[in-house]
This record gives sequence, C-alpha cells and structure tokens, in this order.
Amino acid sequence: MPIDWQLATVTAVRDETPEVRSFTLGLPAWATHRPGQHVDLRLTAKDGYSVERSYSIASEPERVGEIDITVERIEGGEVSPFLHEVVVPGDRLEVRGPIGGYFVWEADLGGPLLLVAGGSGVVPLMAMVRHRARAGTGVAARLLLSSRGPDEIIYADELERLAGANDGFDVVHALTRRQPPGWTGYARRIDEQMLAEVLQPLGAGTRAYACGPTALVETVANGLVRLGLPPDRIRTERFGPTGT
Amino acid sequence: MEERMALMRDDPAVDLTVDGNAIGGLLAAVFGADVTSSHGQCASCHTVSIVGTMRAYTRGPGIILRCPACAEVVLRIVETPGGTLVDLRGAAYLRLPGPVAPIGG
Repeated sequence: MPIDWQLATVTAVRDETPEVRSFTLGLPAWATHRPGQHVDLRLTAKDGYSVERSYSIASEPERVGEIDITVERIEGGEVSPFLHEVVVPGDRLEVRGPIGGYFVWEADLGGPLLLVAGGSGVVPLMAMVRHRARAGTGVAARLLLSSRGPDEIIYADELERLAGANDGFDVVHALTRRQPPGWTGYARRIDEQMLAEVLQPLGAGTRAYACGPTALVETVANGLVRLGLPPDRIRTERFGPTGT
Repeated sequence: MEERMALMRDDPAVDLTVDGNAIGGLLAAVFGADVTSSHGQCASCHTVSIVGTMRAYTRGPGIILRCPACAEVVLRIVETPGGTLVDLRGAAYLRLPGPVAPIGG
C-alpha cells in the first residue's frame, strides 16, 4: 500500500522546553500508527524547492484523527526553524505516514521494557509510554533519559505524573551539563555502568529501545549487548549527529 | 571506553548515519510499500538483515543504505533530472511485504 502525502492542519502548538516545541496535526486521512513510528514532513517553497524531514510521532495511537510531533530547533536547519518561528495553529503542512515497522512497541509485545533516550530521542519513546498508560497494561517499564540540564527535560511534568501513578513505570534522569542544587541523580553521559544499574531491576528478559544521537545509541546498544541482552531484543533509532 | 566514544564522535561517517528506518517514507515511495521491517540480503557478505536496521547515509546527493554487518553498499537511490536511479546491485534480494499489487489494482 503506497503511503501518500496529505495536508495536515496544525491545531495546537506548545512549548516543551526553550528549544523544543510540540505540534498537534489533524490528519484528513488518519490511520492508526504503532508507537515508535514516524511521519515525513515536506515543505515546498514557491519556486518549487522542497525539503523533507522525518519526525517521530509523540502521541499514542489511542488518539483518533490527530497526532503530535515534537521538534527540536536545530540552528541553521531548513525545517525546524520554520516550524518553530513561522508555523501557527491553522497552518497546513504536507505529511506522509505513519512509517516504520521496526522501531515499534505495542502493549501486546509485553516487557519488561527499557527505554533509553538522549534529548529529543525521547519523542518516539513517549508514544510508547503514553500507549502503555492508555492500554492499562502492567508491563514494567523504565525510561532512562539524558538531558543537558533540568530546563531541557522534554515532557518533564507528564513523565513525573506518569511515574507517580505507581503502575510499574518509572523515569531515571541523567543531567549531563547542569544539575539543580541538591541533585542526587546521574550527572554524566549514559555509560555502561549506568545502563547496568538501570537494567538490573528489569532482568534479562528485557526489551530495549534506544533513540537519540548516533553516538549515544551506539553506546547504549553495545553496552546492553555486553550486559547480556540478546541483540534481537534491542531496537535502535539513530537520528544523526549530536547538537553538542 | 571514553577514548573509543570520543573516536566514535569524531568519525563523521558514524555520526552522520541514521537507521534505514528513518528513510522508510522514501523507500515506500520507491517500492510501493513500507519495507522497513522487510529482510534484505547483502550481496557482499550474505548477511540477512532488516531494512530498518541497515545504515542510511542521507547527506550526500541521494541516499545510500549499507549492510550493518560489513558496511558494503546495499542500495542507492539518487534523484536526477532524468528520473530516480535505484541501484540494487549490492542486494542479493529484498523481500517485499505481501504480494505485488497488479497494475491498476
């Protein structure tokens, strides 16, 4: 089945952090996505020049007719500055999707679940976390999220609320550059020791999903294999160079 | 470990790689279906891997998919004024999902 372009309408825009913004897109040809999938977004200038980017779907598939994407502003980028500075509710954008059958998790797959993200790599994992909550499954799940500072944690309030529900989901933060006073959590980049500690309560049968800058994903995937997870239980989504 | 990570970060080839998953939309436009969870075999080393796990290089003129095992080129797609070139000489096979839709079907 070919995947056609459609004209989505931006119905809401909200700031997640100073550099990260979420957009709700109403889709005339909405189709249920699987958590972890992405859409392609195409911008076309008046002279015909067009540019495409892939953005992970942040929302859960239980939301009908619309999706959220969450976009980090990349300095010098062709698409993200436009989305951040120009796009307002009511605008229409060309999108194609949902796409991707590999980096997906659905409640039926079960767990335990280890989700590891750097920065905006959390976006497709958030679709999994939201889906897990909506599906009401008791699958044990942990999110290890690396952010540069406390003000750069994407979905911070919602993650705290979801972890507070005590239904088997919790969040572990690593703050790599700036920590708030009295911070007792991880204050370094994700490494194998950290992965071992976060993985330990979940056990050997864990399914792992890692998304973020390529170097981080390599560290996580290699580390988890050395810690004994079978490679076929580790799924990765690299999104290229770091912003550092 | 630290040193290896630093090396990894400094290697633009590694740093600029994304997963085949990321170009699923383009591949669907070419093959008529989402092939990111399909299997393909590298013609060089004969490793069978999922298209979504192949290494995608998207910053050049066109896109390249490389085998995750041996890094040889499996697939090239280049859009030119004369059409879209699809070079599959690096793939022994690509297993598309489901039957091929009849023309006009």
